[in-house]
Amino acid sequence: MTIGLTHYLVVGAIMFTLGVAGIILNRKNIIVILMSVELILLSVNINFVAFSKELGDLTGQVFALYVLTVAAAEAAIGLAILVAFYRNRGTIAVEDINSLKG
Amino acid sequence: MPAVFFYIFATIMIASACVVIMARNPVHSVLFLILAFCNGAGLFLLSGAEFLALILIVVYVGAVAVLFLFVVMMLDVDFAELKQGFAEYLPLGVGVGLVVFAELGMVALGWQTSPLAASAAASPIPDNMSNTAALGQILYTKYAVFFEASAMVLLTAMIGAIVLTLHHRPNVKRQSIEEQNSRNAKNVVEIKKVPFRTGV
Repeated sequence: MTIGLTHYLVVGAIMFTLGVAGIILNRKNIIVILMSVELILLSVNINFVAFSKELGDLTGQVFALYVLTVAAAEAAIGLAILVAFYRNRGTIAVEDINSLKG
Repeated sequence: MPAVFFYIFATIMIASACVVIMARNPVHSVLFLILAFCNGAGLFLLSGAEFLALILIVVYVGAVAVLFLFVVMMLDVDFAELKQGFAEYLPLGVGVGLVVFAELGMVALGWQTSPLAASAAASPIPDNMSNTAALGQILYTKYAVFFEASAMVLLTAMIGAIVLTLHHRPNVKRQSIEEQNSRNAKNVVEIKKVPFRTGV
């Protein structure tokens, strides 16, 4: 049995679904929300690479590389905001993050 | 044989993604996120994207996941409290998940690639060189603007993270380079005339 594009797309769809469900289920814990976003980006990368293989086009891998870069930057900035917020407020509960006053 | 590995990697990746979103302890979440990324790298290898697979290991497992682990362990937070409401949101989460999965599944299963698509490839995969060499060849020429844009994104992220987390405590003694450099003999050396047999 050969593994084709559909197999990769289904795996990507499952990972994307798990990421979205993770964001909803862990609405209080922003660290797990950030990890769910990473899962979503991984599923997007799986789709990019699968299409790149299917169509014989390297552009998909270039885009996956770009997604990887943005995901790394997003994780760094998100965690830095989290640390700064924790230093100011002593909590990271999402419902407490409702004030824009510095 | 690749089919067996595909199913192994895919199963472990999906199972560890489930653990990531359900684990009680965020440290376990991070560790299973690492496992998910490693298996994702395996899937990339199976599709012939060797460079991306290794970059995934280096960047995600080596940097991003460790950053997560570092933050989880550094922040002294009561995670049991943050876990409350999980059961409350479970029906909503499962419902939205099912809807999203149904939509994506319909797209994935109904997908048909046009026979003309392969001939319309923007940068076809060359046969005679490795994946890394081929990627480098188009990344530095055709997609050079992309490459520089991602460099700008990383630079912005680096400066932003440093600016956000750097803070000076007022009561800590620090080295002041300009003060040290501006010292001269005239205002730091004092010459005293000491009379004999009396001491300073």
